[in-house]
Amino acid sequence: MKTCNILRLAALTSSLIFSAGAIAADSFKIGLILPMTGQQASTGRQEEAAARLYMAQHGDTVAGRKIELIVKDDTTVPDMTKRLAQELIVNDKVNVIAGFGITPSAMATAPLATQSKTPMVVTAAATSSITEASPYVVRTSFTLAQASVSVANWAGKNKISKVITLVSDYGPGKDAEKYFSQTFTANGGQIVESLRVPLMNPDFAPFLQKVRDAKPDALFVFVPSGSGASLMKQFIERGMDKAGIKLIATGDVTDDDQLNGMGDGALGVVTGHHYSAAHPSKMNKDFVKAFEKANNGMRPNFMAVAAYDGMHVIYEALKATKGEGDGDALVTAMKGMKFESPRGPISIDPDTRDIVQNIYMRKVEKQHGQLYNIEFDVLKDVKDPGKTK
Amino acid sequence: MLTILFDGIAYGMLLFVLAVGLSVTMGLMNFINLAHGAFAMTGGYVTVLLMQRMDVPFLLCLPAAFISTAVLGVIFERTLYRHMYHRSHLDQVLFSIGLTFMSVASMTYAMSSSQQIIQLPEWLKGRTEIGEGTWVLGMGHYRIFLIVICALLAWGLQAILTHSRFGSRLRASVDDQRVAAGLGINVNGIFMITFAAGSGLAGLGGALGIEVLGLDPSFPLKYLIYFLIVVAVGGTSSITGPLFAALLLGIADVAGKYYIPQMGAFIVYTLMIVILLWRPHGLFERKGGK
Amino acid sequence: MESASLSLQAHSRWKHLETVFWLFALLSPWLLAKHALIINEIVIVALFALSLDLILGYTGIVSLGHAAFFGFGAYSAALFAIHVMPDPLLGLLFGAGISLLLGALCSVLILRGSDLTRLMVTLAVALILKELSNKLSWLTGGTDGLQGVMMGPVLGKFDFDIRGITAAWYSLAVTFLLFLLIRRLVHSPFGATLTAIRDNRLRAMAIGIPVSTRIAVIYSISAAIAGAAGALLAQTSSFASPDVFAFDRSADILLILVIGGTGWLYGGIIGAIVFKLLQDVISSITPEYWTFWIGAFLIALVIVGRERFLYPWKWFAKR
Repeated sequence: MKTCNILRLAALTSSLIFSAGAIAADSFKIGLILPMTGQQASTGRQEEAAARLYMAQHGDTVAGRKIELIVKDDTTVPDMTKRLAQELIVNDKVNVIAGFGITPSAMATAPLATQSKTPMVVTAAATSSITEASPYVVRTSFTLAQASVSVANWAGKNKISKVITLVSDYGPGKDAEKYFSQTFTANGGQIVESLRVPLMNPDFAPFLQKVRDAKPDALFVFVPSGSGASLMKQFIERGMDKAGIKLIATGDVTDDDQLNGMGDGALGVVTGHHYSAAHPSKMNKDFVKAFEKANNGMRPNFMAVAAYDGMHVIYEALKATKGEGDGDALVTAMKGMKFESPRGPISIDPDTRDIVQNIYMRKVEKQHGQLYNIEFDVLKDVKDPGKTK
Repeated sequence: MLTILFDGIAYGMLLFVLAVGLSVTMGLMNFINLAHGAFAMTGGYVTVLLMQRMDVPFLLCLPAAFISTAVLGVIFERTLYRHMYHRSHLDQVLFSIGLTFMSVASMTYAMSSSQQIIQLPEWLKGRTEIGEGTWVLGMGHYRIFLIVICALLAWGLQAILTHSRFGSRLRASVDDQRVAAGLGINVNGIFMITFAAGSGLAGLGGALGIEVLGLDPSFPLKYLIYFLIVVAVGGTSSITGPLFAALLLGIADVAGKYYIPQMGAFIVYTLMIVILLWRPHGLFERKGGK
Repeated sequence: MESASLSLQAHSRWKHLETVFWLFALLSPWLLAKHALIINEIVIVALFALSLDLILGYTGIVSLGHAAFFGFGAYSAALFAIHVMPDPLLGLLFGAGISLLLGALCSVLILRGSDLTRLMVTLAVALILKELSNKLSWLTGGTDGLQGVMMGPVLGKFDFDIRGITAAWYSLAVTFLLFLLIRRLVHSPFGATLTAIRDNRLRAMAIGIPVSTRIAVIYSISAAIAGAAGALLAQTSSFASPDVFAFDRSADILLILVIGGTGWLYGGIIGAIVFKLLQDVISSITPEYWTFWIGAFLIALVIVGRERFLYPWKWFAKR
């Protein structure tokens, strides 16, 4: 009896699968694979919203081809990312894949990009080595090395000589730790201790206590954007600012998405990053306004701007190839592309396909009753220091 | 060093409040409610909404979180859970995980997926230090507050369970439902109140935990493992068991991360395996009953 | 419930429709070539669920950490491909073998205690392994995952292609063979003693069944099969990351098995098909909120009852 049921189920299933085919041809398809559920969900939300905003502003037809955006949720599981990418390439015949919330997801997918000659625009994952995983990877987000080296340089010039680093224990965290320490010690500074906290860490208290007992001049932090707020709170609760320990960090910690809720304790925190929603350019003001309007007042963060620029890169490459470029032509068109983004002037390095951008030193200040990262210094055209070649 | 102990105790106390409801439904009512974290999350969001949108003071939010999740607990108990009491454990797991999934998605829809942050009142923000050198004890005021509240709760719960009429009725209902009902105890009512109290406590824990654990829609799944550890290690016989287990877990976790940060996550899990091998039914085994 | 002997006789014979099902399954990579990738994933999950069914459905041992063996198999096979040789079949055997050993080791941990104890101990083992895979980054690549797994052709002839047809076919063939083995196993006298242990451990002990040894053996076998499923995943996706040990994976597989029903071998397979297809279809419609509908599905399934849900025509039949 049961086997009979299995058969019916199988028949039902197969009819279901067949009906899901048939999508209009000749449109230019972009497969956007992001973590939309789970721990990294806020990244996915920001990026999808920004990509849709770009399409709404710039139209959905480029060089005579209709742009079609297919969003997939990879639940932050790398083998899932890979399967989705593979399906997008093989079945949906997408022309470009984009997104990739975390490094392992991007790494798992990179060989596919090579194999199928599909451009892969990384708009989130920030470990240096990703662009080396495939010649079809182009990145529009940032690398941790860019941000950390800039913070290290700034710290060296501002009477900070003893530092403890505290990073999340995964690829980008290790990158941040490595490049910060390298630059900082080269400038004559001293790293007292390097702490790594588990990525899924409920309580920073013991780590912060350790830092407090060691009394360095400053604590350098990288944690992914979701955990930044709770780290900040505990830093203040532990009275570390009063004990004379400065908090310096990459901009993930004072993520624009979260900053406002962190409270006045965050005032004065110095971070180095490539994007602040308070970047004083007309383009950025318009971008922030449009984004907030389209998304219920949600402030765009650095993830959003990366996706926005990712779409720009894809649009421009399509224009440059007159709408008929294959994967190789598109990547070639993307190399060396230079343009003005809401974050400031950026370009794609023609050799490494990684992003070259300004890194801003910012301080948290209050404007119009809201907290913002206000830029006070800038390092121009920072290339990714993490490249081996 | 004392500071570490203090932080560990505060952390453990918080875990206790969050998990004790689960321990009650699991141990006393023999129902596996993996959606427990969802109730905790609800309590957290109630607090966030009240504080952010209506400027309700934090202290008033705590009872509000308790009551609203308890009411929610009653509603769910009446409509859904009671049909599940006699199902197999696996069905209960399936059902409560389903409920968790739905709560996570609905919360994401209603409140967006980002971390929620609240501003504590000033008097909870500071920090006091006593002593000198290695014996210095630094206490965050909020953590003192946590410890006091949770200790009171633990003491109150234990008193209710062991000394009140309700407590003895509950224990009777659990030991043998049919006989208890035969003696004129309203078993359904007792279970409903217990379930409501358990959910309410979770809600309270969620509200208290925003500051320490953070709050986002993935909360119920993220901390499920910790709740289960507390219940499994503590055994399900009493309030003392989970309390002791939560404290042990809190202290081991904090101290482990302080002294051997490289080993971080290993310590808790290894400790759990060792304890469970030594005492398979948790530290405090339930004698008698079913 | 039928008596044990009756159900044994009834179930051990091959039915025609079972044959048809497997025939269809084995041909599916060609029939549904467009969907070879998801077929591959479903098959791997089904095999994984099958391994859990052996201990949960047939022996009554709950586990919330079966991903420990899945992940161990995945890493072993991936490392085997990198450091020893790229042949998939040998890698598969290696992954399964290593997991068998790990299973034998871990079986000591699950002999005592209640269901809850077993849940937590198995969970802890998986989480410890996950931490290890993160910490031993010189071996495993840490959180970034293990890169550069190059697989050789299956049987020296069939290369893994980008459409995933070879992969699906390979996974299906392996799963089918293992299924035959498992089917034989559970219908053997050995299998009968397992169900005896499940139904009443004390009585089983009283009639002279060596309970501990039996549990240890079936647990190791189950671990080996889970390891094989993990190896298939690592080989067909040329990748392994600490995520293979994740709690979610263990929990999902338990859900999948329970959806399809425990203790009749096809439960895991049906569960895998239903769950994965639902996830795939719903999440392509609403990437943000698909978990809501999956949750609703689970609740409906439990309330309405599995039998009536999956086979609606039973709704009106006498119960």
